[in-house]
Amino acid sequence: MSAIAAPRRSKLHRFERSALTGVLVREVVNFSSYWRSATFSSTVEPTIYLLAFGFGFGSLVSRVGGYDYVDFVGTGIVATAVLFSSAFPAMFGTFVKYQFQRTYDAILAAPVDTEELVTAEALWIATRAGVYGCVPMLVAIPFGLDPSWGMLVVPFIAWVSGYGWACFGIAVAGFAKSIENFSYIVSAVLTPLFLVAGTFFPISTLPDWAQVLANFNPLYQSVQLVRSAVFGFWDWDDLARLGVLLVFGVLMWRIAIHAMARKLID
Amino acid sequence: MTELAVRIRGAVKRYGSITAVAGLDLDVPMGTCVGLLGPNGAGKSTTMRLLTAQAIADEGELVVLGFKLPEESKQARAQCGVAPQLDNLDTTLTVQQNLLVFSHLYRVPRAERKDAIDRAVAMAKLGDRRDSRVDKLSGGMRRRLLIARALLHGPRLVLLDEPTVGLDPQVRQELWALIDALRSQGTTILMSTHYIEEAQRLADTVLIMSHGQAVASGPPSELVIEHAGHEVLEVYGPPNRLAEVEAEAGAAGLRTRRTGTSVSVLGVDGGNGFDVDGERRPANLEDVFVLLTGEEIA
Repeated sequence: MSAIAAPRRSKLHRFERSALTGVLVREVVNFSSYWRSATFSSTVEPTIYLLAFGFGFGSLVSRVGGYDYVDFVGTGIVATAVLFSSAFPAMFGTFVKYQFQRTYDAILAAPVDTEELVTAEALWIATRAGVYGCVPMLVAIPFGLDPSWGMLVVPFIAWVSGYGWACFGIAVAGFAKSIENFSYIVSAVLTPLFLVAGTFFPISTLPDWAQVLANFNPLYQSVQLVRSAVFGFWDWDDLARLGVLLVFGVLMWRIAIHAMARKLID
Repeated sequence: MTELAVRIRGAVKRYGSITAVAGLDLDVPMGTCVGLLGPNGAGKSTTMRLLTAQAIADEGELVVLGFKLPEESKQARAQCGVAPQLDNLDTTLTVQQNLLVFSHLYRVPRAERKDAIDRAVAMAKLGDRRDSRVDKLSGGMRRRLLIARALLHGPRLVLLDEPTVGLDPQVRQELWALIDALRSQGTTILMSTHYIEEAQRLADTVLIMSHGQAVASGPPSELVIEHAGHEVLEVYGPPNRLAEVEAEAGAAGLRTRRTGTSVSVLGVDGGNGFDVDGERRPANLEDVFVLLTGEEIA
């Protein structure tokens, strides 16, 4: 005669702090082994853009859209830096951890659910992007961008948009059959979004239809938000822009969870 | 009355047109070591994944430590330790860092974390390699670390999926010693393996799996006696001689199996009239396995 063991129950919630902490601790410990290279690329890349566009292009046009060109690029490039330090690490990191290192198999065998795993990973990437996103702005200061109190809001904007892009990257990795599939996303989605974001030239020079579409581009919205913050022109449009970023973040978050659950749970 | 750590009834798991687990029943009593023995593709790993809800059964009832799966799986996983077949350690982290990460994931309380990690390091015999990166460790060390990682939080149930696959025989022995030590401490273990010797040495109960189903289960020695008798006569010779022996054994009502260059005649216990020259040896689990599944195993 046998009976099923009596369960030793403790109340568990759908989202548990210890599950999120566990995944975050893993990321932080790992980060301690690669922070140098991550910091290097996140600092050097925007600096090169800034130098190339600021001096190269800036010598042809000194003012763009009412700004000094270095101010225009130095703020616009924040959103790009966020994209580079969130969507890309999310895509590649997720795929590698899932496919090659089988890290997610190990984590899901512990008391962590896919939803918690994806959320913690996105939180971590967003936090990194929030910090690295500010680097180009700081680099632009010695080149002539005037410091302002509004700059203190920039890490927050970078964090919110970084969260959305992190979830976007995780979702892409969740749907991708192979790492080569990423080229489609990079070429067909990220590159166009990157170019019509008003980072290097104002979108007012684009055809009307492209300007309308740009409103749905989270990258454009974060470029505008950063400029509003740094130059201190807040208006109601900015609240709508923040709304776009939040909707983007929540939507991508749910899609990422769905994609990863499909991939991780048979 | 024994308590069951795992109870599976009628579990079915399909992947498209393939049925990996086809109506499996499995009991793991508390404090025992149960071995799932079967060839590659028998459904052992899928069964393991079902128990952590990393695969969701299409049919059947699964209860782990009193928690119903998949709904209450997170509760069950909090009290289970899992060492997967494929090493998923963080290779760029040190031994210590890998254990630290999992002490968080397995929710070891802050005050006990250091002790838990020390214990795991000692158990994996990696005291002098604490600060070595995992990619600098040998295969055997990594596997010991993988098992020690699963034990950090003092789990009530340990799932070991092919714990010694791909290791040298000598390293395998070391791991057996480790698993045996766990067993003697009364840890409940469910282990899958396709090494017959491993199941025979470590498992209190063996469940033989084939094509996603349990074909027999019981203590290894009882399974052997029940299905293959006490002794086996091993007859070597050219193919036509082997065919003759098979025919004679069949006429005498004995079962045989071919093993490459010989025929094994099963159940030739005592002097039951089958008189052919050959070597007598005790029957083993492999005989049972081949008889029941018709499959050879590594």
